[in-house]
Amino acid sequence: MRRLTPYLLALPSWMWLAIFLVVPLAAMASVSLQTGNVIDGFVMTFSVSNYGDAIGGYSTQLVRSLLYGGCATVAMLLIGYPVAYWIAFRGGSRKSVYLFLLLLPFFVSFVLRTISWGFLLADDGILFGTLKSWGLLPAGFHVLATAFAVVAGLTYNWLPFMILPIYVALERVDPRVVEAAQDLYATRGAAFRKVVLPLSLPGVFAGVLMTFVPATADPINAQVLGGTGNTMIGNIIQTEYLVNNDYPTASALSFTLMAVLLVGIFVYARVLGTENVLEAAAR
Amino acid sequence: MRPRRSRGRLGDRLLHAYTWLVILWLSSPIAVMVLFGFNDKQSKSNASWQGFTLRWYGELFAIPGLTEALKNSLYIALVSTAITVVIGTMLGLALGRHRFRGRGVTNFLVFAAISTPELVMGASLLSLFVSANLPRDAITITIAHVLFSLAFVTVTVRARVVTLDPALEEAARDLGASAWGTFRQVTLPSIMPGVLAGAMLAFALSIDDYVVTSFVNGSTLTFPLWIIGSVKTGIPPQVNVMGTLIFGIGVLIAIVNAVAARRRV
Repeated sequence: MRRLTPYLLALPSWMWLAIFLVVPLAAMASVSLQTGNVIDGFVMTFSVSNYGDAIGGYSTQLVRSLLYGGCATVAMLLIGYPVAYWIAFRGGSRKSVYLFLLLLPFFVSFVLRTISWGFLLADDGILFGTLKSWGLLPAGFHVLATAFAVVAGLTYNWLPFMILPIYVALERVDPRVVEAAQDLYATRGAAFRKVVLPLSLPGVFAGVLMTFVPATADPINAQVLGGTGNTMIGNIIQTEYLVNNDYPTASALSFTLMAVLLVGIFVYARVLGTENVLEAAAR
Repeated sequence: MRPRRSRGRLGDRLLHAYTWLVILWLSSPIAVMVLFGFNDKQSKSNASWQGFTLRWYGELFAIPGLTEALKNSLYIALVSTAITVVIGTMLGLALGRHRFRGRGVTNFLVFAAISTPELVMGASLLSLFVSANLPRDAITITIAHVLFSLAFVTVTVRARVVTLDPALEEAARDLGASAWGTFRQVTLPSIMPGVLAGAMLAFALSIDDYVVTSFVNGSTLTFPLWIIGSVKTGIPPQVNVMGTLIFGIGVLIAIVNAVAARRRV
């Protein structure tokens, strides 16, 4: 009985993960190689050309998604790192209060906060409308429906996920190590570059991992903030599945997206060192 | 050394102000949401400020479709959280406490469940439901929500289980407690903070989800799906009010929880 315990404990989750994660992914892999349509049904034809067609047809959106996701991730890193740094080293006894304030947006539904953000940026909304009525902005000025609005939205939505892991890494850095560097005549800049920054890299790694993948695959920001000219790959996959019912193309696109992201993560992990990957995975 | 320190002070002050600026930026859409729940709008659009009213709080449930969607969301969140907490805690216990064959594969599956993009998860589930001829409704949504919350609950509980001293359970057994009694009176209370944190995470993930749900919902609408559906025609102020109330309740629970945790320490 005792030897059976772990298996009995794991069984329900195994079944759930097998039936609803592994089998569907396998089913999708199979669908991505089929041809046909939703009325006559789909037949397995091992048509690898689905991938060629999908990638060829939507390369613009694929590249755009990676670009927007990448820009947003870099923006999050640049904006978030100083915040994490300040809270970790100078937050004092109020660290948890600052962290709580950073997490406030999570108490509002993702969809709703993206819409509210769009609201704030609206052409005649409370921000730009007011500035325009004061004559501070030309009447034709707009931010919504631009690439900037989408990248800003992505940055906004995932920024806390970048700040938290960097904070956790910085929080573990012993301030005495930094003092030691300065006692050894390192300037503040050198102490940061040679001591603090390397020690915080696992946090940066985890932060990038937690933000780049979801930001690149996100359909909501492009839909709510991007207008018609900034469609991302997430929107295409959604439309192909739910509107066009073109399951093979949509499946091929989903796998392409996952493959691109996995390769990206792998290359990124190699650049930063495998130890960091293992550490991030172990967390 | 000395001049460097004074420059450091200025830098610290700038960084302090900057941190507040970022907090302000992150909170500004929340302020907009709360504010426009009080907007006395006359026209169809709720885009410009037209005066203060409490009307929408009185007419909170005046839109049947929205109320229905919110009910669906709460119902699905409760049921999927209940299922996830039970099976996720079991898996967390198995992974944190026991060595067994397939442990590595299980860890990999948990990692895969966390790192699969939501979009791919939703799309692949739809592939399964379509090929199995399963109608999409609240049940398929619940299945999906359990799937994406499961790994998070497991990881949270496992983190708590590994900090547990096995000697405590052995002592309980030595004093004559049954296996079930030991679990109920020793193990469960000590992993409870992890279980509760996992439950809150699962609930929050479920009630907030749009991407996965949009694939497996059929014609059932949840709160986020209803909101996205009404973007084109204009979001009614009731959405802002509901968002404000959810925000208020969530923040209240978090603060009470934090204060209670501090008391315990």
